[in-house]
Parts: sequence; structure tokens; C-alpha cells
Amino acid sequence: MTVKPSPSPLHQPGPHESGYRHASGEARYVDDLPMLPGTLVCTIFTSPIARGKISSLDVSRARTSPGVAAVLTAAELPGSNRIGPIFHDEPLLAEAQLDYVGQPIALVVGESYAACRAAAAQIEFECEAHKPILNIAEAIAAESFHGEPHTIARGDVEQALAGAAHVLEGQFESGAQDHFYLETQAALALPLEDGNFHVYASTQHPSEVQHMVAEILGIGQQRVVCEVPRMGGGFGGKESQATGVAVLAAVAAQTTGRPVKVWLNREQDMLITGNRHPFATRYRAGFDEDGRFVALDIEIFSDGGFSSDLSLPVLDRALFHLDNAYYLPNLRFVGRACKTNLASNTAFRGFGGPQGMLATEVILDRLSEQLGRDPADLRALNFYGDAPRNRTPYGQEVRDNRLPRVFSELMATSEYRARRDAIATFNRNSVWRKRGIGFAPVKFGISFTKSVLNQAGALVLVYTDGSVQLNHGGTEMGQGLHTKMLAVCCHELGVVPEQVRVMQTATDKVPNTSATAASSGSDLNGQAVRQACATIRERLRPVAATMLGCDGQQIVFTQGMVRGNGRQLPFSEVVGQAYLEQVSLSATGYYRTPGIHYDHASGQGEPFYYFAYGAAVCEVEVDGATGEHRLLRVDILHDVGTSLVPTIDIGQVEGGFVQGVGWLTCEQMVNDSKGRPLTLGPSTYKVPAIGDVPVDMHVKLLERAPQAGVIHGSKAVGEPPFMLAIGVVHALRHAIHGFGGRVVELAIPATPEAILRAVEHQKTGALPG
Amino acid sequence: MQGAIQFELNGEPVVVEGLSPTTTLLNYLRDTRRLVGTKEGCAEGDCGACTVVVVERGGPQGPGFRAVNSCLLLLPLCHGKQVFTVEALRDSDYHPVQHALVAALGSQCGYCTPGVIMSMFEACYRTDLDAGWKLDDQMCGNLCRCTGYRPIRDATTQIAGTRPPGRFLKVLSSTGPTPQALDYRHQQQRFSVPTSFTELFDVLRECPDARLVCGATDLGLDVTKKHVTFASLVSLHGLPELAKLEVRDNHLLIGATVNLADLEDVCTTTCPPLARMLRFFGARQIKNRATIGGNLCNASPIGDLAPVLLALGARVVARSHRGERVIPIAEFFVGYRQTALEPGEILARVDCPLPPKNARVGAYKVSRRRELDISAVAAGMYVELDDAGLVSCARIGFGGMAATPARAANVEAALIGQPWTAETCTRASQAVTTDFQPIDDHRSSAWFRRKVAQNLVAGFYADTLDSPQPNLPDRPVSTLLHAGGQP
Repeated sequence: MTVKPSPSPLHQPGPHESGYRHASGEARYVDDLPMLPGTLVCTIFTSPIARGKISSLDVSRARTSPGVAAVLTAAELPGSNRIGPIFHDEPLLAEAQLDYVGQPIALVVGESYAACRAAAAQIEFECEAHKPILNIAEAIAAESFHGEPHTIARGDVEQALAGAAHVLEGQFESGAQDHFYLETQAALALPLEDGNFHVYASTQHPSEVQHMVAEILGIGQQRVVCEVPRMGGGFGGKESQATGVAVLAAVAAQTTGRPVKVWLNREQDMLITGNRHPFATRYRAGFDEDGRFVALDIEIFSDGGFSSDLSLPVLDRALFHLDNAYYLPNLRFVGRACKTNLASNTAFRGFGGPQGMLATEVILDRLSEQLGRDPADLRALNFYGDAPRNRTPYGQEVRDNRLPRVFSELMATSEYRARRDAIATFNRNSVWRKRGIGFAPVKFGISFTKSVLNQAGALVLVYTDGSVQLNHGGTEMGQGLHTKMLAVCCHELGVVPEQVRVMQTATDKVPNTSATAASSGSDLNGQAVRQACATIRERLRPVAATMLGCDGQQIVFTQGMVRGNGRQLPFSEVVGQAYLEQVSLSATGYYRTPGIHYDHASGQGEPFYYFAYGAAVCEVEVDGATGEHRLLRVDILHDVGTSLVPTIDIGQVEGGFVQGVGWLTCEQMVNDSKGRPLTLGPSTYKVPAIGDVPVDMHVKLLERAPQAGVIHGSKAVGEPPFMLAIGVVHALRHAIHGFGGRVVELAIPATPEAILRAVEHQKTGALPG
Repeated sequence: MQGAIQFELNGEPVVVEGLSPTTTLLNYLRDTRRLVGTKEGCAEGDCGACTVVVVERGGPQGPGFRAVNSCLLLLPLCHGKQVFTVEALRDSDYHPVQHALVAALGSQCGYCTPGVIMSMFEACYRTDLDAGWKLDDQMCGNLCRCTGYRPIRDATTQIAGTRPPGRFLKVLSSTGPTPQALDYRHQQQRFSVPTSFTELFDVLRECPDARLVCGATDLGLDVTKKHVTFASLVSLHGLPELAKLEVRDNHLLIGATVNLADLEDVCTTTCPPLARMLRFFGARQIKNRATIGGNLCNASPIGDLAPVLLALGARVVARSHRGERVIPIAEFFVGYRQTALEPGEILARVDCPLPPKNARVGAYKVSRRRELDISAVAAGMYVELDDAGLVSCARIGFGGMAATPARAANVEAALIGQPWTAETCTRASQAVTTDFQPIDDHRSSAWFRRKVAQNLVAGFYADTLDSPQPNLPDRPVSTLLHAGGQP
């Protein structure tokens, strides 16, 4: 990437704003913050059973254990015991009923982790176990659901299916995924004077932490400040589920009057918090002679776990992405969220989108395997097009569809067709090893589907030396939001990055923020930052005009200087003069996304401000003896509009893709028959390692593609690339198909075992075991 | 003997008293020293966020910095060593590895980054990272959930082996501290580091329940996960004789405390089948600490060295105050996590015959993830042919198939006396079902284990066709290379 001279860091390749602090170990996370004298730590005592009742709970011996400051149960909570991001249907600490293995029952607060553990062992606890509901099938049988079904429909599905040239029926499942943020959940609560609290939390949603702490403690929201130093990864896992941890810390701080830290070790984190929702799908799909969809009838079921958390909006987004890139003339989508006795499943990069999209993509794979057609062509044939083939199932028009362009550019640069031919030759000459190649398009809707959440704020403070503090409502979890906001700020004020300090996100700077989620961080906060900076700049303009002796319109703010009339002054001098002239040097910014709405009852509306597009071509080699595979080459072309900071966006594309590969191949969460998780650490839960990523990886951003109406022509990038990994599934299926030529029966995640079973099925026509 | 733990931390001498000997280096760094750059990501040696480096002077490549997991490293095991953490790297300027990683945007959330930096730091001073796969092996113990690794690989490629002049290179050229015996006591706990066999066997007589330790890559888990407070631990790292690794009379003589990184290094030229297994044995951080003695004495059914050593016909040399005795490895594992060692006896050495050039030898490990994972199935296979081309000797060892690593007697019987053909291997592979009744667990099903074991036996003929002792195949490349040329 070549660096062009530019008046600001905007649109330029650049380092991560915290890069050197990360690399030197100087970057501080919640658990690294200096501990005030007297700070207490905690251990959480959790349910050993998936479903049942507490028959007795006696913490009196634990309370007198050495080094213990408090043992909290539901009975001791001062205000409410109910948390949850939408419906408050989750007890902070279990009352009589137990709903999953790992559910917090008591918080042991003490001088050291060893003291807490020793005390937890003194808790006298008995429970009565009932038969749990441990998966989607059991929940459907027991009619155990969260909320009501959500239906989106169009046309006459039955008639279209009756007249279809090809009809496919079947079912399909995808699995849970742990977020495996490297920094586990953590919060540190400081009790202040007059009943106020300062809570440092590793959360994507500081406002929710602030609001829930206030509610549980029974105090006003003004008494609580939540501050986020930075997160060591979030991925959705700290959108709603960081709140409980922070609230526990605050309750313990209120009870003991001392600073309290709640930090979950990896095992507790994986036990207590939820995952990506597993989904089960039943489908009937009809196609015309050429392979165009004529109808899609789909029922999807998600496993929400024990509480509703974000399961209903996750389900909505899954439904909104069943179409992925394809026009469906007749359709009936029905979604239900199942209530089970597992940890509450939650937001995770893509938020249901990947699960919805995968189902339809597998249907297209099956059709191509049945017909012997190149699935890439089948996909392109089904792309959204001109009216009437431009309406999504929920009635939104697909405008500015970039997929045909992405498709043709990527087909050429990846040499897809030549490689597909070469693979056919390779496979004819190889008995034990087969190769496959797959093309995966992605269309992903951008905006919170709950429209009200699409708002953001910023607060910019300029000091008399020309330095700037930048506050905005978004949180930094590694995605580079601060880097982008810094670039926007420098661009608007005409200052250099060294002049600007991006402040830790805090609820006393920007109130009532939405979670940093839904890929919306830059879109929403970027506009707010721009507005706040522009307000200050325009206040400075007349000051500068007077100083430079020219008209205000001629003044240019750039690179720490203010120019006009052939002269220039340092930004700091103009600011100093503005102070003397009693000009306000701080401003807020605010933004709300215009024009989006959705009606849940009719299943119609315009839930997305725009769509992000991308596509991947992936090649794999499968070992038919062991079921192992290797990802050989990946080509990605992704649409981020005009990138705010291209190096950051490339990082999001690559990282999202690899995380998606994990979900689809090696990451598998396993519970025993009683609902006890068996995969509670990286020794048993395998996320991709460096060797899983191909050396031959080519990631490009779509050029000349500015997006109108979005901050500086950019597009959201956090989630969409995750789904590019579905290309690996297509490639694996292609390779497996080479072992026998049958329609492929590949379970997800495609572990060596799943692949070996699919290979056996190719050879024998029967699935083993 | 000294009563306090002494080592060098970031160039400064450190004396530790008053802490439990089962305190991990990570907790000492974070809690006692407030050096919070080093992170805890898992406390089981599987994520690398806690990586620091220890200076190792005895390796086959000469003195080097060794990346290790500080979460599993018990503080007394640092006794007599030099340790560097991420905080030591920055001087008046950042270290070149820090510049390289930042320039490549190799950090996003930054939580794995200090560990990544320390693994890169080892790479920076290694002289043997001359292939792409070696760089991946170097870095595979550092999980990153954000970047997708491409920039980390780029940055590591850039700095590997560059050995910039300066204070760190001087550390490697200096002699370092001399090892001293340690007898550390804290409350009811005792940790001994004897420096002679006399001291060792005296301690073992005094504390018959003492647990032996050296790398602590497995025992450390008892501390971090099960919170076991061992009353008495004896480390073997102060006994130079146990750290010897030599080739003599067509045998590889491997001291019990030889670490697996060094063993892999030496085996690459002397015993490729063993090197092949060691390649995917574990992460660099684990291989830098784990020892052959620990791997065998755990007697875990999924210990990866045992199947290969079973196939190679290795022998274990046990030592006690009475002297040495030799145990064939096939008789070493007597039950689930039980060995033939008697009380007061230690595993001193493994004698592994080097296979004759024409013997067919294979080593296989199948796991969910290639790197840094525990086997579903591991296998070592060895076949010799007579002049008529019939199988005259067959030793087929498996891990993950039974309660102990074990030989497949029926498979071996089906091979012996048969012509060496693909059909013979295919026929013999059927006997796997009579040799083993594997179990279902979270790693894989019994069906998978059985099927893979059969396929490995069936494929052994084809695998050894081109070369009787094949190395791991190179990473396959794309069917058509990218238009730009080499990947």
C-alpha cells in the first residue's frame, strides 16, 4: 500500500491508535488497573445442575471463612435482582429456580482469590435436579420458547413449489461458538462519596452497565459513571453479558464499602456467559429449470438458552439474512427462539446473519451437487437484479447492488474458473486427497434493526494549547474505532493526531449511548464526531479570518495549521485567541440514522440504511483418511465504501474471515448429557491458530465505491466479512463431493470427524454411526 | 543449599521468600511485581498471552531466549535463570519486534500482543528459522482472536533471525548465573532443586510423597485449574546429567529432562519419525519447557511421544539410589496414568534405537486443530522386511485408543510374514477393531478413532512408498498459484 500525501489521516493507511501501547505491554485493561488499597476480589459460586430448585443454601460458614468480606446471594440484593438487555428476565443471582449449569448463585468477596475459593467451598448447598431441555429439538418438543414467532412472507409458496422444476427439502444445523475474546469479562467498582459509584468495565455497552447498576442498587443513574479503558476483544460477547459482571462488582462495592473487582477466569467465563446461537433449519426450496429460486419456505429455530437476552433481535437478523444475495419471488420465513437450560446465548459478530445466510447457501450447494452445475454460476444467476428482482423479503429495495461487480472482478483476479478445471484434474489423479474451491457472496444489512438504537453522540474539548480531547459514545474493543474517530477529528479540525487524545469511553461524557455493535460504531459515532468538530471549527473560523485578514470562507484548517490570505498560523494560536475572545471551545455532536423503520407484525419495512457487500473464493484440500483439511488459498474482495482507514478495514476483513472459519470448522462447544459444558478452555475449545490461515491470502477492498450518506463515503465493516468464511464450506463440500459424486452430507462445524463422516457417506452412500 | 529462590528478572537480581512455591511466575509478575503487561488468557498454556522468555544456554543451537508460558511456570523453576518480560524490551526506543508488529497492524485489541511480542522476540534471536512452517511453529502457541494472523506472520517473517546488536545479544554471549541447589520452604510446602543424584535420592527418601517436576507444563495445570497445593515438589532441572542428549552406537540417548524443542531439533537429522511427531506435539512455548521424562511418566493415553517410541522399540532407563534398570517401553505403561516405576525411582533416560535406513517408519497425529491440540488418535508404525520382501518385524503403537498408549498386537500379527503391499496393510487395518475399544469423548467419537486408526494403517504402505521414513509433507499449495507468482 503506497502512502500518498494527504491533508489528514483520513482515507490513509495508518497504524492502530494503540499499537505501540499494545506492543509494549503498556496498554491497560480493567484487570491491569492499579488496585487501590483494600480492593477486594471475587469468586462466583455457580449452579452444578442445568435445571431444578435450590433446596437449601447456607452461606454463614463461608462468611466467617478467613479473608472473606461478604458473601452475597439473591436475598441480600438492595434493589432489583433482575437484569437483561430487553426483557429483565434474568436473575443476577439465582433465586429458588436454577436454569443452567454455571448460573451464578452467590458472589464470594474476599481479600484474595484463594480466600474466596476456600470460602466458596464452605457454602452449604443442596438442590433438586429436574429434567433439563438441552437443545432445540427438546425445546420444540416441550414448546419451550422465548417470545412469539416472527414471520416474513411474500407470494404463494405452495403454488410456486408445486410448479417448480426442482424441489429440495431437508434440515440443517449450525453450532454454538464461544467469543473467546482474549480478555475475559472484568469490572472494577469504586464506591465514592455520597453513594456514588465509578465502574470500570470491559463492556461494549457502558450505558447499559450504568443503567443496570443504578437499577439494581436502587439509585439514580446520575450516581453511576461507567468507564471503559479498552476491551481485549468483544465480538458481541460484551454487548449485554458484561453487564452482570459489572453489576455484581457494584453490588459488592456497595455492600462492603470497598473497591471490588470481578474478573472471570477463562473457565468461569466460558461456563457462565453465552455463545453464538446454534440454529436448526427446516426448509423446502423450489427452483426453475435454470436453477433460479421460485420459492423458499423456511422455519428457523435458534437456541436462546435460559433467558431472552438478545435472542429475539438475533432471530430477526437471521430472518433478514436468509435471502443473503438472492432474489426470492415467493417465500415464507418463520423464526422461533427456543428456551433451553443452557447459558443465555447472545450477540456474536453477525448477530444471526451468518446462521441465516448459511442455511440458504447450503441449499444452493445441494442444488448444484444434484444438478452438477458450478455453484458460483448458480449463485450469480440468483443475485438481486433490476425490478422486480430487487425487493428483499421484508420489502426493502436493494439499491446500489455491488455484487455483480464484485463477482466479475473476483472471478477474474482469483482465476476461479481455471482453478476449478485444474482441481477436476487433480481430483481425478488423487485417491486419498481431494481439493475443492468455493465462491461465497455476502450482502449484509447495516443498522440496528431496532431503529431507535441508531443514534450516537460525541463531546470534543479543545484546550488553549491547541490540544484536543475527543470523547464519543463508541467503545474500543480492538476494531480500530478510536483510530477512525481520530482520523475524522483530525480531518475536521485540521489538526495532527499528536494533538488529539482519544478519551476512554465514559457515560459522564456522552450519555444514553447504544452498544458499540451491529457494525455501527464508525457510521454513527463518526457523524457525531464530525458534527462536534465542525461546530468548533466554525466558531474558530471568524477568529482566524480576523487574525489572517481575509474572508472566513478562505480559511483552511489543515495539519495543525490555519491558512488564509497566503499566510498561516498554528492552530494553537487561533485557539488561544478564541479563548481571549470568549469563544466556547467545546461542543457536542449528535447523529441519528434517517429514514429507517420496520414493522414487526407485517414483516415489512426498511430496517437497513444500506447493505455492505463482499465475496470470497476459497480453496481447500481434504485428507480422506483422517478428515483433516487445509485451507490453501483465499481471495477476498470486500466493499467498505471509501475506507476511513484502509489498514484498519483490511484487519477487520481478515480477522472476521478467520473467526468465521473457526465457527465453521474447528470450534465446537460440547456439553455432556446433563448439560455440563466440557469445553471450558482453549485446551478443549479450538479457535484457529496461525497455521490454519493460508499464506496465499489476498484481501482487497473494492475501489471507487463511495457510499452516499455515510461518514466520508465509508461503509460498516465489523460483521460482514465474518460470513465470507462460508466460502470454506462451499470449498469443503466441493472437495468431499470429489470422493463419490453424491449430494454432500457435511455437518457444521466441519471438524475432521464431520468431514470423515461425509467422505464415508460419499464412498458408501450411508452416513456412518 | 539456598533457602530463597533467586533469579534475574529483566536484568535485575530477584530474591523470593515468603511466597508459596506453587505461585506461578505469571501471578508473581502481575500481583507481586505489578508487571501487568503479561496477561492471563487461559492459565492452561494454550493461548500464549502470558508468554515471557527464559534464557536457555544448553540447547543444540547454543544460547537462546526461549518463549515459555508464565502461567504454568512455578516460581522455583526460575531459580538460577534469567527471565525477560515484555516490559524489558523498550529502551530509549522500542525493540525492532515492536516496530515490526505495529507497522504490520499485528495488534487489534492488544490483549494477546505482549505474548505475541515475546514469541517474536525469541524468533528474532533464533538462527534456525529458515522455512515458513518453522515460523508458524514458532508462533502457533499465541492465539489471536482479532487479526486473523496474517500481519503477525508478516511481522515475524520480517524480524526472524535478525539478531539486532545490543544489550539482548550481550545477554546471550555472557555466561549467566551458575545453578545452585535450592531447598525452599514456605509454611507446609517444600520445593527442592537438587544438583546431584545424592541430594536427589536423599530428598526422595526424606519425602517419599514428593512429586517430581521439571517443565511443569502438565503439573502446572493441577496448580492453576485444580488449585492443588503440593506439599513437596522436587525439580530435576538442576541435574545436568539428566539433560544430556547424545547419539551413541545407533541409539539416541535422551535424558529425562531434555526439552522437546531441543529433542525435535536433534531428531530432524537423526530420527525423522520422532521429529515428525514432535512437530505437532504442542506450541513452541510448551516444547521449550516440556520434557520427554514428563511426557512418558504422565502415562497419559494421549501422550504423543509414546506411540512413536513404542514403534521404534525404545527402552526406558530407570534410576534409583540402588542404580539403573532398563524397562522396554512396551512394559512401561501399566495402567491408566500408571508406570512401572517403583517408589524412589526416577526415569533417567530413554534409549531409542535409530531405525535402519530400510525400515518403514511413520508417525501420525490426528486432532481437531493441527497445531497445539491434543490427539484424537496418535500412531507410530514400524515395519522391517526380510530378503524375500515379507514383513519380518512390525511394531504398531497407538495413543488415544485405550487407557494407555499401546501396541496393536493383532494388527502386528496380521502384518508379520505377509508380503509388503497395499493389500496387506488394508487387511491388517481391519484388526484395529479387535485390538482396541476406544471411547467417545469431547474430542471425538469411538467411530472416528477406530476409522482413523484403520485408515492410518491402511495408508501406511502408500505413505512410505517414496521414502521409507517420510518427513511431514510440505504444506500443500494452491492448485494454481496466484497471478503474482509465489504465495
